[in-house]
Amino acid sequence: MQDWKSLYEAVLNGDAKAARETTEQAIAVGVEPLKLVHDFMVPAMDEVGRRFECNEYFVPELLISARAMKSCLEVIRPLLTARGDQPVARVAIGTVKGDLHDIGKNLVAAMLEGGGFEVIDLGVNVSPEQFVNAVREKNAQIVAMSALLTTTMPSMKTTIEALKQAGVRQKVKVLIGGAPITQKYADEIGADGFSDNAPAAVALARKQVAPPA
Amino acid sequence: MSDVIQQLLAAGPVVTDGAWGTELQARGLAGDEFPDAWNLTHPERVAEVAQAYVAAGSQVILTNTFGANRVRLANHALADRAGEINRRGVEISRAAAAGRARVFASLGPSGKMLMTGETTEDELAAAFAEQARALAEGGADAIVVETMSDLVEAKLALAAAKATGLPVVACMVFDAGKDKDRTMMGATPEQVAGELTAAGADVIGANCGVGIERYVPVCRRLKAATDRPVWIKANAGLPAMVEGRIVYRTTPEVFASHAPELVQAGASFIGGCCGTTPDFIRAVKRRLGR
Repeated sequence: MQDWKSLYEAVLNGDAKAARETTEQAIAVGVEPLKLVHDFMVPAMDEVGRRFECNEYFVPELLISARAMKSCLEVIRPLLTARGDQPVARVAIGTVKGDLHDIGKNLVAAMLEGGGFEVIDLGVNVSPEQFVNAVREKNAQIVAMSALLTTTMPSMKTTIEALKQAGVRQKVKVLIGGAPITQKYADEIGADGFSDNAPAAVALARKQVAPPA
Repeated sequence: MSDVIQQLLAAGPVVTDGAWGTELQARGLAGDEFPDAWNLTHPERVAEVAQAYVAAGSQVILTNTFGANRVRLANHALADRAGEINRRGVEISRAAAAGRARVFASLGPSGKMLMTGETTEDELAAAFAEQARALAEGGADAIVVETMSDLVEAKLALAAAKATGLPVVACMVFDAGKDKDRTMMGATPEQVAGELTAAGADVIGANCGVGIERYVPVCRRLKAATDRPVWIKANAGLPAMVEGRIVYRTTPEVFASHAPELVQAGASFIGGCCGTTPDFIRAVKRRLGR
């Protein structure tokens, strides 16, 4: 059996074309799609995260690796859907009410997609009601909130309260991030997790939900 | 070196101003309000901030035009008022300066990322050109391209600012990596100084960031990599939430205690970013004996 290590390398190096082609070749010879995800793609993204932590990778490298991962998943996702497999989880992500900064939010969204999550991007200036609706109507299992401004971070607390009032707080995990956010703040407002960077946010999201069957 | 910069530097390091956003908030700007729009709706309160910095002894004050580019203004349905907001911003600072300080007009990032395809180089070049022209029409002495995280975007803004014929200060944020000495996109001080110098910046710098002490080594490295004067405007540390209120922990005295190190590291222009106030500027002036 051919070793698909080249898939790992392609994702790690952000070579979307090679990643997609290798995925297609593997599928064509009958390799189990989830084996490609778990044995090569996820470890590659973990290594991307490790390199980011040690300052070998920065935002551009994260983005191109996430893009490579996404191009593989475009091949794999339809196969999984056809046989009834679900994505890792559905995440509703947005920048909170009053805040229009979307760079960090978009970065986390891209990394989550690369990590096999289905991402519902609610955009910027997202009201608590919109987050609640995403949980109720779209069945999001994770709510991910971003804020860049110290003046808008209290909207995170308001949103958690709105989730409670709507009776859906127990159904979702709430993750938060953004320049002024700290673990202490996450604890204070009763969020389930906090991350100060995009790759760690994916690892955190994975920990919050059961792995796919 | 341009005449304006040369005259300013003739008497040694120049003290610039501190934060505007947090000062406007102290004067009633709500969290979800767009600060630059106040140039049209609350010009007297914007003027108060400018006057407070002139009174504190700032030799250079900036303008309330940081976010007044078409891309960002579009978020507030104000894109078509870019010209007006920028011109008024410069006029307000000029009136407050009344010849006692130079007015360097602020031009900040678009808030969009080129790499993810949220915007294009053409769109940014056009937006910055429009803003820079209006800042020049308002009568700015120079333009400060600031708080940039992406060198590509910084160079687009720099080119637009240079096209007005005004001197240009180009600065980026260093807040990434374990030593907080890289831009978000991973550029080092050496790369930033090298590329912005080659692209024609008159002054090279760093602003915002994670606190003034981290900018001492960044300043030294910028200085070593360029023949241009260096501009540093650091935050008053990172904000913290204390009992539901936002506080910046660095005091004016602690902030100012790092000013001599910055001068030693080669800084020619020193001021503050988020969380700093006129008291910080007074403390820096005292500490530098100016």
